[in-house]
Amino acid sequence: MTVLHTVNKSPFEKDSLDTCIAHALDGSTVLLIEDGVYAATRGTVVEPRVRDAMQRMNFYVLANDCKARGLGEDTLIDGIGRVDYGGFVDLVTGHDSVQSWL
Amino acid sequence: MSAGPRKKLMYLNRRAPGGTIYAVEGLEVVLIGAAFDQDVCMAFVGDGVYQLKAGQDTSDSGVKNFSPAYRALGDYDVNRLYVERESLEERGLGVDDLMPLTWEDEDDDWAEKPSIHVVDRAELARLIDAQDVVFNF
Repeated sequence: MTVLHTVNKSPFEKDSLDTCIAHALDGSTVLLIEDGVYAATRGTVVEPRVRDAMQRMNFYVLANDCKARGLGEDTLIDGIGRVDYGGFVDLVTGHDSVQSWL
Repeated sequence: MSAGPRKKLMYLNRRAPGGTIYAVEGLEVVLIGAAFDQDVCMAFVGDGVYQLKAGQDTSDSGVKNFSPAYRALGDYDVNRLYVERESLEERGLGVDDLMPLTWEDEDDDWAEKPSIHVVDRAELARLIDAQDVVFNF
């Protein structure tokens, strides 16, 4: 069973991302949306934790939410995939279930 | 409204621009309060620094982009925006990543001056302590 985990909270304000990473199995997919996309930027105190999790899981960001927050593609950690709303739907349909870490 | 003593007011912004309505509502309060001729400043701490991020573009998100409204603050004599250095650094940001907000100093031949001042945490603590009222958003 493959699970798509979505995280929509800032990693600096809530522990949603850390809890997600701690409870997601290897091979899972993590999609960062809304304020969750801040975790995908380079040079933050969160970056080492994200890079570590990327060894075990596939990470994506919702590009629309990055654009809204002024986070250009060049500011993101290498290896994090970018999807639009259509790609979000494809990820949902491509997994057996979705866990939303609010 | 009676002309009471001029008070030192700080609007302390701690939240990211999206996700909640704190940032947009806080900015509304600042712009409304600016009409009352008080000594107003703003501070940006934690995720609040993201409110000033340059290049915010919500055209693909279906929500209103209110970040251009920060550029109006200078016209309302809100021209001291203190941004905490540690909060920027924790987020991999520098002052160059923020909107270049300015104000025109009528006492200096309308010279255009920067509104954003990066201050460290200890200095911000002293600034907070010096206020009469701090509105925390």
